[in-house]
Amino acid sequence: MPGADKEADLTERIEAFLADLKRGGCGTGPIRGSGETARETTALLRKVTAQARWSSAGDLMEIIRKEGRRMTAAQPSETTVGNMVLRVLKIIREEYARSRGSSEETDQQESLHKLLTSGGLSDENFRQHYVHLKANVIEAINELLTELEGTTDNIAMQALEHIHSNEVIMTVGRSRTVEAFLKDAARKRKFHVIVAECAPFCQGHEMATNLSKASIETTVIADAAIFAVMSRVNKVIIGTQTVLANGGLRAVNGTHTVALAARHHSTPLIVCAPMFKLSPQFPNEEDTFHKFVSPHEVLPFTEGEILSKVNVHCPVFDYVPPELITLFISNIGGNAPSYIYRLMSELYHPEDHDL
Amino acid sequence: MADCGEPDGPGNKDDITRSKNEGKELTKEEKQRLRKQKKHQKKQKERKNEKGPSETEKDKTPVSLLPPPQPVATQKAPSALPAPASAPIPVPASAPFHSSPAPSPADKPAKSKAELKAERRARQETDRAAKQPGSSSSGIKTKVPLSELNPVVKRLPEHVQVDDPAVVKRLAKKLERQQTLPYGASNKIPLRSDYGYKVSLFSHLHQYSRKAPLTQLLSIPSTVIHPSIVRLGLQYSQGIVAGSNARSVALLHAFKQVIRDYTTPPNEELSRDLVNKLKPYISFLNQCRPLSASMGNAIKYIKKEISNIPSQCKEEEAKTKLLTCIDRYIEEKIVLAAKAISKYAIEKISDGDVILVYGYSSLVNNILCEAFEKSRKFRVIVVDSRPRLEGREALRRLVQRGISCTYVLISALSYILPEVSKVFLGAHALLANGYVMSRVGTSQIALVARTYNVPVLVCCETYKFCERVQTDSFVSNELDDPDDLMVTRKGKTQLENWQDVSSLGLLNLVYDVTPPDFVDLVITDLGMIPCTSVPVVLRVKNLDQ
Repeated sequence: MPGADKEADLTERIEAFLADLKRGGCGTGPIRGSGETARETTALLRKVTAQARWSSAGDLMEIIRKEGRRMTAAQPSETTVGNMVLRVLKIIREEYARSRGSSEETDQQESLHKLLTSGGLSDENFRQHYVHLKANVIEAINELLTELEGTTDNIAMQALEHIHSNEVIMTVGRSRTVEAFLKDAARKRKFHVIVAECAPFCQGHEMATNLSKASIETTVIADAAIFAVMSRVNKVIIGTQTVLANGGLRAVNGTHTVALAARHHSTPLIVCAPMFKLSPQFPNEEDTFHKFVSPHEVLPFTEGEILSKVNVHCPVFDYVPPELITLFISNIGGNAPSYIYRLMSELYHPEDHDL
Repeated sequence: MADCGEPDGPGNKDDITRSKNEGKELTKEEKQRLRKQKKHQKKQKERKNEKGPSETEKDKTPVSLLPPPQPVATQKAPSALPAPASAPIPVPASAPFHSSPAPSPADKPAKSKAELKAERRARQETDRAAKQPGSSSSGIKTKVPLSELNPVVKRLPEHVQVDDPAVVKRLAKKLERQQTLPYGASNKIPLRSDYGYKVSLFSHLHQYSRKAPLTQLLSIPSTVIHPSIVRLGLQYSQGIVAGSNARSVALLHAFKQVIRDYTTPPNEELSRDLVNKLKPYISFLNQCRPLSASMGNAIKYIKKEISNIPSQCKEEEAKTKLLTCIDRYIEEKIVLAAKAISKYAIEKISDGDVILVYGYSSLVNNILCEAFEKSRKFRVIVVDSRPRLEGREALRRLVQRGISCTYVLISALSYILPEVSKVFLGAHALLANGYVMSRVGTSQIALVARTYNVPVLVCCETYKFCERVQTDSFVSNELDDPDDLMVTRKGKTQLENWQDVSSLGLLNLVYDVTPPDFVDLVITDLGMIPCTSVPVVLRVKNLDQ
């Protein structure tokens, strides 16, 4: 039966994706960037929408939630997966509301006004069947995919507004977004970039080689020299793994030191983060915030006898509080960290925050 | 009487206007003119003309005899007065290039109004004295208002002027000149050339490669440089002897060997000749690796001790005296100081503490081991950084003693700091404006610790206190071999061909300065002081000497 084949194919693809996620996030840097992960997740969800058997929006949402839970469980630190699932759920809700013909609710959040006026209407059970829902949802997901493909370019287009000539810019580790941002600015302006190598993975080296190939004056420094050099830096531009709900960051380790040094010298800290990195999580969830990888990156096995008597830590992420950040540059423009909560309410529905 | 002073009139008027206009700076032409004047002075002294040159000579002497801590050439004006050769000479610690036979006009003190008045008065006195031959001009000294403050103009050390070609040429000539080879100079002290592309912000500093040791290309016979010094220089340049205390102790031991093997040549005085003998050695060591503040202070001490040896002392006696002096210096300033500092520091360690240390500091390690022996219960977190990874050595030593340790890299600092109760840091030098100069990364640790409200304690012996001032890590630093930053991960070395890419530079800094507001306490052998009290200690030390 063609249906069964398609289903088997779908499960196979999902399994392959999960295995990839489990393997890929081993801390030596993602094998693929978060952009790719986001695109793959969305493509997979589109397939699920197209091929799974569902009759009403509620069913679809259940299926997507189930798949989403499996995917986030495979690699909890890869938050883009969860973010895309939430986006798709929000799309489904919107399409459903549009099919129902009810006016689009501009404010999905719970408000006192809503509670008092709408009364019992808030228990939508999404049970009604609409013929064109499937097509609409798939079309909306396609739009989402197009948006995802253009994020890096959208961010890079804003580069000239923020970088002037003869600037000294500091960055940490490797971020594809920041790389594109700087390369775009380098087409018209001359400036100098200092890259902190970000031990133990030393991804800064790759970033520096790529930037220097684009004829940008680059210098690689060790992590220990960040504060020493900061007094000559005009701007700090960094990428991040996740933007948290309070406007803080979960970024590669060493970023908090950079942020503190920048604040000490009153240097602006600019974060280039596309919208799909925005996550509804808050930073104080102790067991899920930090991720650790094999300590042999820090103290190799060749050190021998002392290994058994010493505790070695190798965390991957750092928390940067929103007070240290000056500006977020995303594909929809520049924002202050205090505005992040508002952007989040437009992207995700509050009821979906815990999958 | 006034007429006698005429020949110098216009010259001195120039002096006055000059110092009024340019404050305390001397321009190149003036320095050259002063050099010529002093050469002229010397020649005339030798010819022993009485009237004319005696005025110029005595005119210059009050200037050179002014506030005692002046880098005074002891060979100048010996006929006039006993020059204060034993005065402490607080030249910047990193510039042990003292008064060489060639006059160094940059040492000329700034002329304040009081000094100019004194000069004029002195000239009048000499005119009066010239009319009565044989009268000494010792009265001049008492009339000069001696200020206790050191004059500001000091000569910039050579190692921070690499981008000035004139300075580099001067250094090369000086290295050549410091040979006492009887036979033609085919071997000389090598002048090391810089390696690799230097980041533009640091073009005024040297950057050497460790792959090519200094002596591979030339052989240095023992008549030029004593072999123990050559060995020491190689140990410095290859990083075998590293760390402030270790370098100073190694230097002093090498100098002991030099003194043991030294014989005074005929017609020479030990006190002068030995100092001259040491000069090429110091230049050589400086080429291997720029001298540290502690080494500079040790060298100053040795030179002072040598020049203080009375001329009637027999050679053997003098040598044993010097050897005991050096031993005493090491014992007092390093070993006993470490004991005193441990004693104070142990008071600050309580049971249940979690102590963070950075890199390898012999002093901090000493403190922790002693505290552990006195059965304090604490655990240690060792923070380390690439590319030197000195923390591993500290880790090994602490683990051997049985102290429970944790080890992280400096990028994980924000993760580990919430657990920490105290931070102990070592220092390479303490600058006169309260800044702490230490291994690169120390300022970062102090910054993040301040954010988390963790107290930062710096441990430093007083012999590392230095008169220099510095506000950032750029003007005076050391650049290490840039190839050290390369790393091979998963079989791939990203930066392998960094030399081929013209827009790529690697920066490997060695030191950085920590502002005093990040440091809560400095523990020295004189007690526990705040960072800002460093100039007070320096002043007390100077008065003692």
